[in-house]
Amino acid sequence: MPKHDVAIVGIGQTKFRSKRRDVNIPEMIYEAVKAALDDANLEIKDIDALLIGNMDHFEGINFSELWTGIDACGFYLKPVVKIATGGTTGSSLGISGYYNIASGIYDKVLVVGWEKLNEGGATTGIITAFDPVWERPSLAGALGPLALMANIYASKYGIERSMEASADVVVKNRSNAANNEFAHLQMPNITTDFVMSSQMISYPLRLHDCCPQSEGACAVIYANENEAKKITDNPAWFKGVSTAHYYTFGCDDIMYNLPTATIASKKIYKKVGIKDPIKDLDVAEIYEPTSWAELAWTEALGFCDFGKGHTLLDEGISKMGGEMPVNPSGGVLSTNPIGATALVRFAEAAIQIMGRGGKRQVPDAEVAMGMGFGGSLWTELCILGKDPKPVR
Amino acid sequence: MSDDKRVFEGRIKVPYKHTAGAYVEKFLTEIGQNRKIMGVKCPKCKKVFVPPKMVCFECFEKMEEWVEVGNQGTLKGFTVVTHKTDVMPLKPPFAYGIIRLDGADTDIVHLIKESDPNKLKAGMRVEASFYAKPRKRILDIEYFKPI
Repeated sequence: MPKHDVAIVGIGQTKFRSKRRDVNIPEMIYEAVKAALDDANLEIKDIDALLIGNMDHFEGINFSELWTGIDACGFYLKPVVKIATGGTTGSSLGISGYYNIASGIYDKVLVVGWEKLNEGGATTGIITAFDPVWERPSLAGALGPLALMANIYASKYGIERSMEASADVVVKNRSNAANNEFAHLQMPNITTDFVMSSQMISYPLRLHDCCPQSEGACAVIYANENEAKKITDNPAWFKGVSTAHYYTFGCDDIMYNLPTATIASKKIYKKVGIKDPIKDLDVAEIYEPTSWAELAWTEALGFCDFGKGHTLLDEGISKMGGEMPVNPSGGVLSTNPIGATALVRFAEAAIQIMGRGGKRQVPDAEVAMGMGFGGSLWTELCILGKDPKPVR
Repeated sequence: MSDDKRVFEGRIKVPYKHTAGAYVEKFLTEIGQNRKIMGVKCPKCKKVFVPPKMVCFECFEKMEEWVEVGNQGTLKGFTVVTHKTDVMPLKPPFAYGIIRLDGADTDIVHLIKESDPNKLKAGMRVEASFYAKPRKRILDIEYFKPI
């Protein structure tokens, strides 16, 4: 059982872009760290430990924590842990931050995710995750498995219907991104036709069905109940976290509908007392690497029945102004600095709880979900709220 | 596959770019154009960093004051490379060492123009020798030579 309640008390993000030629890696991360410290009105000496992560190899470097932990975060002679779990890097960081405070080990921790994807080859790194005999010659990379997933999903539920619905996801998320100054892709006038006529990359995924590659960093400060009240009267409290880690080798188990999201969400709903996620959650920031993924993930998370992901859009439920907006920030389809991406989901959920979302704010948001996806089809979830208690 | 059919051989290319940042840009421009070695000073602890960087790692202060340090310094330690491998910048034997330039509070690693270990000594004085045609590389300081 947790010994302490855990709150997010400070957030800093860089503006995410395709290239940041004006700063090197530590200089870029420093922007987010300084913004988070200023947000919480703290100095680096006030923070007990640092959790930092990106994906080794994506920038052609390894052991980056040696210099990013010190030059960007000021953790000279202090505890630093590096976490790298693929797409879930940011949520593994976010959940580890929770564990470090909830366990009573530390009072305040700084959690930092970053990536500078224009500087290397993410696919080069991802390929090394795959089996050299069976998978590397064909499947390896990020897009391949996601395209197969999309195709199985579409074949099961109707190709045309799924293509249109997935284009609607892109339009929703990129329109939302226009309300978020930190979001990478700014396409306020995007249309379904524009998405559906974009270049085919890997059938059935077109260019605009896919997330971009982004550069930037996200820094989040966590505190226990005693420290949080000294820092802010408006923190975002963790009601719970949940993870489910899966195994897929080749395609020897079903993969298109993300079973880990079903397992992890059932666990966290039980823990937090959620009976109907659409009614009990006010907003969700989910990790949708492709348009099709948002349809499948929202189903797996229990927001609707399997095969009914499109109804969330058709009925306006997941749009801004709907009953439970999904990805007011613009989501991963608008911004994907891989090591930071899932931490941005947690941070954006916290921003909604704190009521600081500006044009992307969901009115009166009191319970928010953040989701990380990646690795071997892992799912990691948090539910944040105005207090640390279960909803019922 | 190699002769042993149970072993797969592969090769992964790791292409990368590295944005060096404005501090590195300024340093390389000064050594290339003016043969001056520049550092930055922490506004809090007053340490002078060579190589320059944006943030003082002890004070976590942004550093913006540039100061020139000497082209001479003290060799703190060295090694002479004698075993040849494929990834070396020079043909062995060659030496490199850790150098504290006059006026700096941090050290820089660079090549030493002397490959006889008997002629090198920790604590000896060395001086920068600049490359005739600068290319915006740290090797625009071609090497340090004993003085």
